[in-house]
Amino acid sequence: MNLHNFTRLKPNDSLMRIARTPVKQAVRPQVPIDLSLMDPLISKYKGRKGNLIPLLQGTQDLYGYIPREAFEKLAAETDLKLSEMYGVATFYSQFRLRPVGKHIIKVCHGTACHVQNANAISDALREALKIEDGETTEDGLFTLESVACLGCCSLAPAMMVDDEAFGKLTGNEAVRIVKNIKIKENK
Amino acid sequence: MHSSTKVIVGLGSCGMAAGAKKVYDKIAALKQVENLDFELKKTSCVGMCYREPLVEIIDESGSYLYGEIDENRAMEIIEKHIHQKSPVRDYVVYTDLFETPDRSFTDGQVKIVLRNCGYIDPESIEEYESRNGYRAIKKIAGSGISRLDVIQTVIESGLRGRGGGGFPTGLKWKFTNNNKSDEKYIICNADEGDPGAFMDRSVLEGDPHSVIEGMIIGAYAIEATSGVIYCRAEYPLAIKRLNIALEQARKKGYLGTNILGITGFNFDIVIKEGAGAFVCGEETALIASVEGLRGMPRKRPPFPAASGLWKKPTNINNVETFANIPWIILHGGAEYAKYGTEKSKGTKVFALAGKIKRSGLVEVPMGMTIRDIIFKLGGGIKGDKKFKAVQMGGPSGGCIPEYLVDTKIDYDSVNATGAIMGSGGMVVMDESTCMVDMAKFFLDFTQKESCGKCTFCRIGTKRMLEILERITQGKGEEGDIQRLEELSFQIKESSLCGLGQTAPNPVLTTIRYFRDEYEAHIIHKKCPAKVCKPLLTYTIDPEKCTGCTVCAKSCPTGAIDGARKQVHFIRQEACIKCGICYTKCKFDAIIVE
Ligand SMILES: Cc1cc2nc3c(=O)[nH]c(=O)nc-3n(C[C@H](O)[C@H](O)[C@H](O)COP(=O)(O)O)c2cc1C
Ligand code: SF4
Ligand code: SF4
Ligand code: FES
Repeated sequence: MNLHNFTRLKPNDSLMRIARTPVKQAVRPQVPIDLSLMDPLISKYKGRKGNLIPLLQGTQDLYGYIPREAFEKLAAETDLKLSEMYGVATFYSQFRLRPVGKHIIKVCHGTACHVQNANAISDALREALKIEDGETTEDGLFTLESVACLGCCSLAPAMMVDDEAFGKLTGNEAVRIVKNIKIKENK
Repeated sequence: MHSSTKVIVGLGSCGMAAGAKKVYDKIAALKQVENLDFELKKTSCVGMCYREPLVEIIDESGSYLYGEIDENRAMEIIEKHIHQKSPVRDYVVYTDLFETPDRSFTDGQVKIVLRNCGYIDPESIEEYESRNGYRAIKKIAGSGISRLDVIQTVIESGLRGRGGGGFPTGLKWKFTNNNKSDEKYIICNADEGDPGAFMDRSVLEGDPHSVIEGMIIGAYAIEATSGVIYCRAEYPLAIKRLNIALEQARKKGYLGTNILGITGFNFDIVIKEGAGAFVCGEETALIASVEGLRGMPRKRPPFPAASGLWKKPTNINNVETFANIPWIILHGGAEYAKYGTEKSKGTKVFALAGKIKRSGLVEVPMGMTIRDIIFKLGGGIKGDKKFKAVQMGGPSGGCIPEYLVDTKIDYDSVNATGAIMGSGGMVVMDESTCMVDMAKFFLDFTQKESCGKCTFCRIGTKRMLEILERITQGKGEEGDIQRLEELSFQIKESSLCGLGQTAPNPVLTTIRYFRDEYEAHIIHKKCPAKVCKPLLTYTIDPEKCTGCTVCAKSCPTGAIDGARKQVHFIRQEACIKCGICYTKCKFDAIIVE
């Protein structure tokens, strides 16, 4: 199920640190992860029933993915078991167990986008960024993903970069949007 | 003095994706710099997504809806319409004052669910209240309408669940009401998993209070103590606006304790964000997910009405179902039942997408024909190509072919075609859509989304997908159609939940209506719609080729030979069928077969 990987990212310090490390393969970040960022989250949800998913979502919001150390901290400080958390984290496509780029590009491959040639958008981005679906660029700026529907079907084919949606795309247009972000980043 | 002129920009997700935020900011800047006298407001989607970004100007003479407004056009309409008081007719897509090209989009629409979408600022509870908002729950509180009377009104309305199952809502409420417990839950299913459907998103973004009021009325009727809105995480704007709306409702006392003076009516709502699993739209999986578990469906009975969230009686309804409720309470069940057909009452929202001219949202009485929806409201097929089929019901549904275009849209007529009503997504396809590819697309989806509990759903869909992949790669074998049908039958019979039970539908309906297309792939190794690349052959038309060399230069494998100003030639054994030459040739000289 993990093929439609998806999450929303809130840029913050620790994430940017992670994002700068090359993450094309499953490289563990060199910079140590500041686990104390999780403390407010844990005190908010500790002991509440049904807290597993919100805890994982909150952790992922902090780091962009769920680092192994974070699982271990949750296991030590709440009554959740590692096996339970791992089971849930691998069931839902939202959760990532690997670091991601600073910006996440989600190309829609829902029905409406599929019939309007969403493949061309993914192909163009793959070529421009030189990565495959699910991978992150060398500079840690972009992760490319496919999702099932962004709810902008009337503007198909569509994609979302972080929280911003773009519609009526062509391959060139998609590449242009991504390049503009890159230019801004390099300033 | 304050002018009464209003400028309203549509800021739904669709508008934003088309650039509406920039337009809004531009107009705000103009207003400030030039100190203009009008009220700048925002609203959400009115349904005309194909004309986004939309800007409505309301002045003394009436309302003008401008379409496809970018920053430059925004400056122009502000200059001409506001400054010079002369509307820019060319950009007006809808008004009551003169004839506009889009008038037929609204013909026959009846707005109950979408009654406020595009008319109010979704972040203002006062605007919702000014259009009968929270009047239904006040009516219940004020005239002391009993729980059973509320349920009776919903039963009379004939409203059936809009999440896909079509179960009568009033009856479901009655069951949950019958099960006594000190704790009960009411859940709004906003998981909207069908890829190609977006009506729930539009309602949540455009009119969140109508859903909340519907839930409050439901909570009263079944005596629920807490509510949950389970919303997919892919809808950040919907979640944001729901949070704002909930906070406003709490402040005004529509949520809390002893609501509107009804003693003992204590109720509040929390939002749970989904984590990306289609199967969590299924009610028992959704409950598991809210409890923090893997979202796997379980056997029913017990139904949620008896044992749901935390094993307490629970009522689950869809977003659109809830949005109907306040209207029904205010106007009466009989009034609602005036719309629709004998067994499918009221209106239904459809999300039009795909190869249709006017993609967007429409709300029509049940019983309208597919033809009217696609050709009258939807304006027909993009580029005036030939209509081939419409997909309804998403991964659980099917493709309805062109010759059934006069099918009436109600639960039973759509079921008879082999498709289902589903949540109301309609993806329109033209002659350039390959039906085998479509079937493969949906199987790929359900196969990935299967929770894995049932062997047939988990492995059977994989086997079906493999067969479809073979067929689209030109490796189809005789007997493949039969194999697909057998597997379909077995999966339908042996799956626990709706996902598995309906997963074969897209394959079965395409075999039923487009068998010749399957045969063309399997026997003749051709894709009539020219979609399945491995089945295509690329050649060069010697009559048209000018020898410009563009194709030869762009072919990644160097499969194209020819000297400058000479007819070029593709060596078939080297061609990898990427189609690049076809897109590069300016003289239409590349033939695809
Ligand atoms: C695989 C699967 C996915 C579903 N997805 C949704 C969904 O996204 N939204 C929804 O409202 N109902 C969905 N349903 C239907 C729900 O199980 C349930 O019937 C519905 O929410 C009940 O509300 P209603 O009676 O108002 O339609 C799905 C069912 C299945 C089997
Ligand atoms: S039918 Fe499929 S999705 Fe449903 S419970 Fe069985 S395996 Fe899971
Ligand atoms: S691009 Fe077209 S016209 Fe030019 S050489 Fe190729 S086939 Fe001939
Ligand atoms: S199918 Fe792409 S946004 Fe819905």
